[in-house]
Amino acid sequence: RGVPYQTVTLIHQSMVKRLPEHVQVDDPAVVKRLAKKLERQQIPLRSDYGYKVSLFSHLHQYSRKAPLTQLLSIPSTVIHPSIVRLGLQYSQGIVAGSNARSVALLHAFKQVIRDYTTPPNEELSRDLVNKLKPYISFLNQCRPLSASMGNAIKYIKKEISNIPSQCKEEEAKTKLLTCIDRYIEEKIVLAAKAISKYAIEKISDGDVILVYGYSSLVNNILCEAFEKSRKFRVIVVDSRPRLEGREALRRLVQRGISCTYVLISALSYILPEVSKVFLGAHALLANGYVMSRVGTSQIALVARTYNVPVLVCCETYKFCERVQTDSFVSNELDDPDDLMVTRKGKTQLENWQDVSSLGLLNLVYDVTPPDFVDLVITDLGMIPCTSVPVVLRVKNLDQ
Amino acid sequence: MELQAVLMAAGGGSRMMDLTYNTPKPLLPVGNKPLIWYPLNLLERVGFEEVIVITTKEVQKMISTDPKVKLDVKMKLDLVCIQEDADMGTADALRHIQQKVKTDVLVVSCDLITDAALHEVVDLFRAHNATLSMLMSKAHEFTETVPGQKGKKKTGEQRDFVGVDGTGKRLLFMANEADLDEGVVIRKSIMRKHPRMHIKTGLVDAHLYCLKKSVVDFLADNKSISSIRGELVPYLVRKQFSKSTNSPKVIDETHQNLKKNDSNVNLEIQISSRDEELLHLTQERSCWNDHRGDMSDAYHGGRLRCYVHIMDEGICYRVNTLAAYIEANRLAPKLFDEPAVHPSAVVSERCLIGADSIIGASCQISDKTSIKRSTIGVSTTVREKVKVTNSIIMHGVTIEEGCNIQGSVICSNAVIGRGADIKYCLVGSAQRIEPDAERTNEVIVGTDQLMEI
Repeated sequence: RGVPYQTVTLIHQSMVKRLPEHVQVDDPAVVKRLAKKLERQQIPLRSDYGYKVSLFSHLHQYSRKAPLTQLLSIPSTVIHPSIVRLGLQYSQGIVAGSNARSVALLHAFKQVIRDYTTPPNEELSRDLVNKLKPYISFLNQCRPLSASMGNAIKYIKKEISNIPSQCKEEEAKTKLLTCIDRYIEEKIVLAAKAISKYAIEKISDGDVILVYGYSSLVNNILCEAFEKSRKFRVIVVDSRPRLEGREALRRLVQRGISCTYVLISALSYILPEVSKVFLGAHALLANGYVMSRVGTSQIALVARTYNVPVLVCCETYKFCERVQTDSFVSNELDDPDDLMVTRKGKTQLENWQDVSSLGLLNLVYDVTPPDFVDLVITDLGMIPCTSVPVVLRVKNLDQ
Repeated sequence: MELQAVLMAAGGGSRMMDLTYNTPKPLLPVGNKPLIWYPLNLLERVGFEEVIVITTKEVQKMISTDPKVKLDVKMKLDLVCIQEDADMGTADALRHIQQKVKTDVLVVSCDLITDAALHEVVDLFRAHNATLSMLMSKAHEFTETVPGQKGKKKTGEQRDFVGVDGTGKRLLFMANEADLDEGVVIRKSIMRKHPRMHIKTGLVDAHLYCLKKSVVDFLADNKSISSIRGELVPYLVRKQFSKSTNSPKVIDETHQNLKKNDSNVNLEIQISSRDEELLHLTQERSCWNDHRGDMSDAYHGGRLRCYVHIMDEGICYRVNTLAAYIEANRLAPKLFDEPAVHPSAVVSERCLIGADSIIGASCQISDKTSIKRSTIGVSTTVREKVKVTNSIIMHGVTIEEGCNIQGSVICSNAVIGRGADIKYCLVGSAQRIEPDAERTNEVIVGTDQLMEI
């Protein structure tokens, strides 16, 4: 009311965005378009595996036993060897966790830039970006890109395009390498230090802190707090099939922090003992929702019921402009065979594909609404969940 | 460039001297193709564009001059010759070409016939940043009777003991029975890090190794290591758990020593150290660990890692004994789909050629012959009423009428007189069998090459 008709349509046009391809796998036209694009870039197409639960049939589901490298030539010539290595490490889970994946990606890009030579009659600023596109498609096929990786790629592409054309190749390459080093230093290492500083203020002596799965940032905070002689104990909650909590547990116990380990099914049993919950995030969405490992929203929900404060720790480079209100539209499906477990030599689900009415679902992420999150600790300070769009707007203005 | 392929084709075939005294091992015909074609074809199929082939001058001459030896590969072959009598081991040969090696190498032996998926071996090498990655296969019993073998088959050569961890991929222990005096000795440091170890015997080492470039540079400094299989691989496997390797010494040190000759020394060391930091940061932030149950980091903080891929099914043969040679000939046709009967062979209509036989180029097969489960070489003449079963006939052989050849190997340019009955024999190169001879289970070779001890 009171808004002129024309402005309304203008807003609508700018808001209309195309759905990304990776959430339209059940549309054959989109799949064909993707196959054509990959063929042009000389990247092999990785085929989906196994029966997909109908609610998630619009997402890719790959098998770890069919890596993309079996369709590539050895030695790889189309794709830089460090990118092939990175793709393998992603798909096998050797490099897992939002921060680790971003650092590994930037490290591989450094090698690519170092080995790059501008072909004659081409400009580095345009050609290098075009060279990176097939690599990114390849990495996307190995494992869908995370929000942090997406932001890192955006940053690099911007830096490359901003190289002036009269810049000499060696100079340009050194400049790019220093940019990457600086990005990692600022956005990941120093951000972790800043977040630890803020978070330690929130940890008091005698606290019982609950953490879920493995978050490199939360682990960092707890280790730093322990070094600053805060007295607290940690409860590590874990969930199948990844069981990442075991690694978190190992690292905390190695430092000397006293820990308890439970599976997520024991959550409501253990929560009365907990004084605060620290959660890591894979990405913070523009409407304040927190995207994190599947199970996080459960933890936040139960914690809210018991009136336990939930603090999410997240660096600003993981903030992303996407908006999501549910965990269905955009998610990642992991290898369903991971759900099979062998006990005493028997694997019950061995022939799950033969049972027509059985589908195995291995979700990776879920979204937590901002009502369940009390505070988000970022390197810019401690903000409420709903302030995320403000941070994004400020960041965009900066750039 | 990611990997360079090196093909070792200078070996003598010491365990099948009866076959190799006249034809060098890389050029022995298997399924009418020279043995060296198989690993070259494997490398080409996988996508290699050039191969460094280390071989003897004799083989090089035969490849370039002999029309019967057609390699048929599109890859660029860089032949490096070494002296036949220099008694060079495989590691010595690798040291010899050190200047040509610019990146990590894939070392293959010329006697490997396999349809393995090479990406499994190379993926282990890439994903875990391994120093060594190799291929092994479950050994299959050889079912064919071997000519000239008297009595029961020996229980085999000295066994290899291969120890792998729970996943079956990480190589923890490797020793040959010949090197062990009393029993298998496993160091406590290994057991502490990997409490569960599976020890396997009965595995065939395919002699296919992915090695880091720093290993080749290391060989250049350590001239005492002469064989890859016998000395280098067990050394690397042991070195994984030695205390000194957990500081960046041994292999990285030699790498840096070589870099002292470069002018950009400081820059390169700086680059590698900053990159190391990033890799360290990645590993620190990643939640992956290759083992669980103890307090150590991934890989126990070790920087040297050896991996093995063990094939369960599929073809994998090392053609280094007569039995393996016969078995390989039996299976070779499955590896390539060329027509069994070469188009240039002249085959008469009234002869019976079984579906699993191969007839080479320019052959002449006369009437009323029966050829079952056999390989007939190039330019071989088979006259009337001959029965060939389960045999391998090499190039240029003449088989006169009425012969009966069963389960035998007839080497090139031999002549089998008419009416001869040869069962389970090995007829050496250019030998003549007199007509109406009856030989069973014999090795018939010339006197000039006997007793070369």
